[in-house]
Amino acid sequence: MGDPYLADGVVFADVLLAIGKAVVAFVVLLVSVMLMVWFERKVVSRLQNRIGPNIAGPFGLFQTLADGIKLFFKEDIIPTRADRFVFQLAPYLALVPAFLTFAIVPIAGDFNGDNDGRVSMFGRETFIQVADLPVGILFFLAMSSLAVYGIMLAGWSSGSKYPLLGSVRASAQAISYEAALGLSLASVLLVSGTLSTNRIVDLQAADGFGGFIPNWNVIITGFVPFVIFLIAGTAELNRPPFDLVEAEQEIVGGFHTEYSSIRFALFFLAEFMNVVTLSAIMVTLFFGGPAGPDLGFLPGWLWGFVWFFTKLLFFLFTFVWFRATLPRLRYDQLMDLGWKVLIPLSLGWLLILAAIRLARNGQIDVVEGNEFANILLVIAVGIGIMLIAAILLSMAIRTARETRLKERGLVAVAVDGAEEG
Amino acid sequence: MIDLVVFLISGAIVLGGALGVILATHPVRAALSLIASFFGVAVLFVIQEAHFLALVQVVVYAGAIVVLFLFVIMLLGVDSTEDLSIEPLAGQRGLAIGIGAVTLLLILGGLFLSGPGGDDGAVALTGQPSRTRALDLPIDADGRPGGDVDLLADDLFSRNLLAVQATALLLTIATVGAVVLVRNRGAEDLVVDEPGTASG
Repeated sequence: MGDPYLADGVVFADVLLAIGKAVVAFVVLLVSVMLMVWFERKVVSRLQNRIGPNIAGPFGLFQTLADGIKLFFKEDIIPTRADRFVFQLAPYLALVPAFLTFAIVPIAGDFNGDNDGRVSMFGRETFIQVADLPVGILFFLAMSSLAVYGIMLAGWSSGSKYPLLGSVRASAQAISYEAALGLSLASVLLVSGTLSTNRIVDLQAADGFGGFIPNWNVIITGFVPFVIFLIAGTAELNRPPFDLVEAEQEIVGGFHTEYSSIRFALFFLAEFMNVVTLSAIMVTLFFGGPAGPDLGFLPGWLWGFVWFFTKLLFFLFTFVWFRATLPRLRYDQLMDLGWKVLIPLSLGWLLILAAIRLARNGQIDVVEGNEFANILLVIAVGIGIMLIAAILLSMAIRTARETRLKERGLVAVAVDGAEEG
Repeated sequence: MIDLVVFLISGAIVLGGALGVILATHPVRAALSLIASFFGVAVLFVIQEAHFLALVQVVVYAGAIVVLFLFVIMLLGVDSTEDLSIEPLAGQRGLAIGIGAVTLLLILGGLFLSGPGGDDGAVALTGQPSRTRALDLPIDADGRPGGDVDLLADDLFSRNLLAVQATALLLTIATVGAVVLVRNRGAEDLVVDEPGTASG
């Protein structure tokens, strides 16, 4: 496990290579974030029949740069009631996890043949990712659980009520959706049998043009974990339709209401960086990352890069599309969706996948010797059990609601209208 | 050499964070120091090749438990009028200092008795040699050395399966218990925030 360039002792060239990779990843991420901000504004404008930024640079490409420079020169205001130290610390706490997650993403590499992502650079064989940790994807979970600190502390330290409301919402939302995120991710880990991101990508790679799509985890895990991951991920990012954290109509700007100048810019940057990073993680986990066929006419190592960014762009567009299309959820809908739908569904799906795996290994052997029949049987029984569990769960929720209303002396008539609420 | 440098730096962070927890005047700052301390411990785990433990440390302690602490501090607010010079339980402080000193002595004694060297120390304290050193890691199906994740999973889900399940049961009971405790408080204290009740 781990990057091949670290396998046989570390020489000076390896240190340079490591530093070089970190710098390249940093620059790639920053440039993608800059372009992402432009892309989002442009696409949202088009979806709303506007033109969007078109003055600074060709197609308004330098608009983000101009905004960034403008924000640098704005007055930096710290409210008198703010906790100064925490107030100044919070933007960095938001930014750092967003950066660090990108370190485990394989952004390129040659996954054709037996290469498993290796490329030769300066005479050393290496993966094109900053670090291939043995616990890879758990690192992503760790960082996403830390990302909430920036928002939470920013809201609290502002010493003002709307930011505090925003940060309380943020922490509740992050805690709620992290479970669903982790459980849907566990499906991928179950079929891959590894935590290393390089290995997860490598397992999804195959030779030839028609060979690679059937290997993608989005198909192997049966699509549902991917949808759950996408929803839970959007909620973790606090992006529309889950942007209750900064719902302008209700709580001004949420956690960053009191922030101005460069500190606000850092929050803004962190938010978009998280979008790029989460899309990258999604591409890695479910869509084979940089793995893809070598179509010729470009050097082999470049194709990984091309495939990765093509897939990444698709998800970035999806997030912008979400924002332009979906209205914001109400707070109780958000909690209901997370706790009563996504978590039970992802847990049930994980169990079905585990059972299917047992059937394929021949450990569930009802129809003797017939692997295909066994798998079908497991799927049928699994879905049956899930349906029964879903009915029981919805009955339990209904009963709980009725009891609760009765306890408060309210008429139970309200229950019927509440379901669609 | 590099191990020593990393150890010294992360050790300083752990100790600094721990001191911050008890010396900080504001609970939020104490919680922040606690996070720093947890991170130091995570780095200490990494230099022992226990990557999984390190990340669990970050995910569970820094990522979930302290978030919950902060959540409670923010939601309930902090009673800053509370006088810290009054002991709620008589003799509490003396007892705490005493027990702390004894624990420290026991740990130091264990370390000195077991002598230097990782394996001897591990044997003396746990009766088993250290198993997370890189050379001892098992080889996985592809011929690559597996991580400590494989070791832990093997141990947890084969030999200690009963303990894992018992823990799961315990946690479920704790959760149900917490719900029951809250529900028995009396419904009139709760704010009516059910959807649909306003119209119904």
